[in-house]
Amino acid sequence: MHDDPSASNGDALKPVGLQDNVDAEKMVREHIGWMLALAERLLRDKALAEDAVQEAFINAFAGLAKFEGRSSLKTWLHRITVNSALAKLRQQQRANEQSLDQYQPEFDTQGCRIEPVWPSMTSMQEVLESDELQARVREQIDSLPTVSRIILQLRDIEGYSGNEVASILDISESNVRVRLHRARAALKKLLEPVLLGEISR
Amino acid sequence: MSKQGTTGIMRWLKGFMLKHLYGMITCGQFEEFVQAYHDGELPDAQKRVFEWHLRICQECREYLAAYQRTIELGRIAFEASDETVPVEVPEGLVKAILDARRQ
Repeated sequence: MHDDPSASNGDALKPVGLQDNVDAEKMVREHIGWMLALAERLLRDKALAEDAVQEAFINAFAGLAKFEGRSSLKTWLHRITVNSALAKLRQQQRANEQSLDQYQPEFDTQGCRIEPVWPSMTSMQEVLESDELQARVREQIDSLPTVSRIILQLRDIEGYSGNEVASILDISESNVRVRLHRARAALKKLLEPVLLGEISR
Repeated sequence: MSKQGTTGIMRWLKGFMLKHLYGMITCGQFEEFVQAYHDGELPDAQKRVFEWHLRICQECREYLAAYQRTIELGRIAFEASDETVPVEVPEGLVKAILDARRQ
């Protein structure tokens, strides 16, 4: 994941000294908002996200001595929050690993792709301006099987590299690539009504 | 989007050409490279073959455009939802975290 330069403003290379409770509280107050939003994006559940963030902070306090300042504090906390949220997901065992086969591209007997011609496609601007369309996109992402959804979110939305996603999920990088592509292809199929402008704006 | 791209004999010819001519790949082979192409991971030689196929195949151009737009839409939908980051610091949760730390 790339550092967010705007977010590090001075906290890079300088671990917060948590010798007293004031420092701890300052760190919690500064980072809790975006950590909650991140956990909720991954868990899709507010109460679970709060639990995950609480555990993330506890893990962060415990591991702060080992934080070497090679990345910004925010980048370090981001990774801890992701790990904490994924641990919650595993506890919940909300696995809905149904096959994505039905949403994959189709080819004819000659190996030629069967794909309609898109007369026009919904623009980014239209989606930016429409809460309805954004909600529809999030809803379809939520409908993906959990592991596929997490891979897609970590890679395409949170900005982690394939290598980092593989490390977080403890799977091979080639597995990440295959699952990422299948998730994107399935999402494309699921979002066709949105892409075509068939959903009201 | 009901209209199909290439049809009939032209489609058959395209499939034959892509399958048998040197330096060409089929749509199925193209599919295997879509993720790497989008993520900038394709070596130059493979990228040239991929882009050559793109010039020839309307269906794969349409597909790639929709695939890339899908990724952008996902990003936008969640970036926009970042606006739901709580404006107020949740005091109860802050207290619970700090209490847990003291234990």
